[in-house]
Amino acid sequence: MNIEITRREILKSGGALVVSFSLAGTLDQALAQGAKPVALTEVDSFLAIDPKGMVTVYSGKVDLGTGVATALPQIVAEELDVPLTAIRLVQGDTALTPDQGTTWGSLSIQLGGMQLRNAAATARGALLDEGAKRLNAKKGDLKVVDGVITAGNRRVSYGELIGNKSFNLKLDHTKPAASKDPKDYKIVGKPVSRVDIPPKVFGQFTYMQDFRVPGMLHGRVVRPPAFGANLESIDESSIKGIAGVVKVVRQGNFLAVVAESEWSAIKAARQLKISWSKAETLPDPARLWEHVRQSKVTKDEVTSNVGNTSEALGKDGANLVKATYDFAIHTHGSIGPSCAIAEFKDGKLTSWSASQATHSLRKQLATMFAMPPENVRCIYIEGSGCYGRNGHEDAAADAALLAKALGRPVRVQWMREDEHGWDPKGPPTLIDLRAALDEEGNVQAWESEFFVPLQTPGGFNVPLIAATLGGMPADDHIAPGNIFQNSAIPYKFANIKTQLHRLENTPFRPSWIRTPGRMQNTYANECFMDELAAAASADPVEFRLKYLDPADKRGIEVLSRVAALAKWEKRPSGKADQSGDVVKGRGVAYCKYELVRTYIAAVADVEVKRSTGDIRVTKFYLAHDCGQIINQDGLKNQLDGNIIQTISRTLLEELKFNRSMVTSLDWESYPILRFPDIPEIVYDLIDRPNEKPWGAGEPSAAVVPCAISNAVFDALGTRMRSVPFTPDKVREAMKHAA
Amino acid sequence: MAQRKSLNVNGKAVQITIDDPEMPLLYALRDNLGLHGPRFGCGLAQCGACTVHVDGNAVRSCSAPLSTITSQQKIVTLEGLGTPQKPHPVQRAFIEEQAVQCGYCINGVIMESAAFLAANRKPSEAQVKEALANNLCRCGTHARIVKAVMRAAQT
Repeated sequence: MNIEITRREILKSGGALVVSFSLAGTLDQALAQGAKPVALTEVDSFLAIDPKGMVTVYSGKVDLGTGVATALPQIVAEELDVPLTAIRLVQGDTALTPDQGTTWGSLSIQLGGMQLRNAAATARGALLDEGAKRLNAKKGDLKVVDGVITAGNRRVSYGELIGNKSFNLKLDHTKPAASKDPKDYKIVGKPVSRVDIPPKVFGQFTYMQDFRVPGMLHGRVVRPPAFGANLESIDESSIKGIAGVVKVVRQGNFLAVVAESEWSAIKAARQLKISWSKAETLPDPARLWEHVRQSKVTKDEVTSNVGNTSEALGKDGANLVKATYDFAIHTHGSIGPSCAIAEFKDGKLTSWSASQATHSLRKQLATMFAMPPENVRCIYIEGSGCYGRNGHEDAAADAALLAKALGRPVRVQWMREDEHGWDPKGPPTLIDLRAALDEEGNVQAWESEFFVPLQTPGGFNVPLIAATLGGMPADDHIAPGNIFQNSAIPYKFANIKTQLHRLENTPFRPSWIRTPGRMQNTYANECFMDELAAAASADPVEFRLKYLDPADKRGIEVLSRVAALAKWEKRPSGKADQSGDVVKGRGVAYCKYELVRTYIAAVADVEVKRSTGDIRVTKFYLAHDCGQIINQDGLKNQLDGNIIQTISRTLLEELKFNRSMVTSLDWESYPILRFPDIPEIVYDLIDRPNEKPWGAGEPSAAVVPCAISNAVFDALGTRMRSVPFTPDKVREAMKHAA
Repeated sequence: MAQRKSLNVNGKAVQITIDDPEMPLLYALRDNLGLHGPRFGCGLAQCGACTVHVDGNAVRSCSAPLSTITSQQKIVTLEGLGTPQKPHPVQRAFIEEQAVQCGYCINGVIMESAAFLAANRKPSEAQVKEALANNLCRCGTHARIVKAVMRAAQT
């Protein structure tokens, strides 16, 4: 690294601090030399301001269709006092953006946004110091409007002060710089329109699936028809007649066709005659839950332990309640199949993908090709929504393998069956619950056991399919995500024990899907809480309030507010006077996300058609407290997504498979919720401008399955303990109840 | 074998070179003409992401072989429906209602809605939902989309 100090700029700008601005040279120079800082501890990693005052924001967190490409600039614009239109956002480029971690866990605002706020506040402080000197005024007397600092009638712009030079300022995210008082906010907290919507609506947006590079070829993968099948032979003459086929690439059990045109690649991949060995590595789907229960446990993980549950559960005269819940295997189901482009040039790999974790992907690709990570650059380009770790990273590995084999850039897009068949899955979750009530219906003890796959400690690299099939160096992580979260409960009982039985394996390559673990665990906990309320003949809202920590005022408020919003009528659930074919019910659910952040409470209104078993969610009420709201409208959009997508998962979704392979390979066999079946949604958004902003992309999804199950119980007197609540299961459950 | 094919796309006569007359229209629009509106979603006419108008009708371009399309037929994609300067009422309504999350399905939803509204002036909300029953959205933007289509219907 050889960065020149531009002496003229130092002289021109005069002040001491600006000397430090200039120390690292201009940003263009830094970029040209591959030295753009990306450390989390540097302001320059996050921000650059050009001579015209245009601000470039470098974010390791990316917009997955969630709106943070608007919300993150709102935070920076507010803190710097520049217009939103003065901000340009660079996302998820390993050469340019700091590694702020995977875009997951509802942390883009809470964590990524707050790092940006700190960088912007630090930059603003330094700019004001410098402005004060330049204008010969006291810092406290300065005003900033649209990136221009004024003292009386003297003025200097950010662009003039810093224009493309480095800030060269340190950041400590554990001790953030003083930021603006929320009462002065002009941009944060406002329902600013999303910057990406007009181009998306006019067909002008470039998704990953639209992106092209010169000289590019098209690849299509040909996956084995069974997990674990071996490639025995290929008959290349079978695709002879197809124009433009460049190469059939085989490496171990990895197989793909590369062609000049996309259609030729698709045709060739379909037409290629291949012989694969037979493989039956999956459990019998009819006995999935027995399989899960009998899977080898590698360790027991106690997530909360209060008092002595075995003593309390064994007490004479205790009213014991027991239930087992299960939650099906789900696919991410992105509407646009995964897509990536890769290019190998001069020993370096450039990968363009819609990965939510370009910094991790960079390391994974480096491992796969046994090359130093410095020689891999991963660049994010927004794709179809992923809702977690879908196939984007795998497509990136496919493209990289092909680009290496061809010596030209290769674009790979998966077909629908690749996406449904081969994206990693949300693992099956099995939960046993037990509780004891005394004669007055007070809960004496709560015990739960969760049968879930292990999560490799610190290992969140879901193995790349191409590396595994191709026999290349691959990560051996089992990575379902932090699915222990919300296994412990927010209620104060005298005796509580919650534990996870960590299974050595799970039938399908696991990964995280929106609200991983928190959704399944909250589903079981909140349904079971409802079972206890019913056993105690108590109103489910009052029953919950009775056991919430009285000091946790925000929790109590959110639950009380959803009851008010829904005009909750106090009574035990399980209506007595149901008659007719269509019966109605309502259910409540509450969650404090990960027991440390966003509070959510919901009421679901359902109708159940008894003759068919069809459940319809007619209305959904949500009270939501994520602290400071950055963008009300963007928040509502995310919450709509949580509610509607999770109704779909709860009522309809279940991976189908046989002993060899996934069989739900399209939208007919893996149906999702359609327009005629969406509910009316009513919100009470609690804004707390003086509190920290917490995540909102996932938490409200956690209360959807349980609120629906509780509402079905209210309507039918029947508990739905197995997601999805298909008509068959509803009819079956009704038989047992009767 | 390379051959020429004439199409009328977004009001312009265009000629493309193709190897296979059975290639679906979608690939001609995206790969030969570089359009971004119509999108590949399933290739099975199940999700609607690829929807375009052919003579005003909403058509799944992933499953419409070029051999079935003549140079006389008017193909309109999202780009041709309206522009930022002259937006179609449905496009304007989608911006006003902020009815997009990831937006991958939005092309199909807008094209389907525009064709539906052209034939149904004052639909009920239930009719709009039925009209979109075969368009899939994974993000859960449905409620806003319905509001946007209803707004467009009133303009």
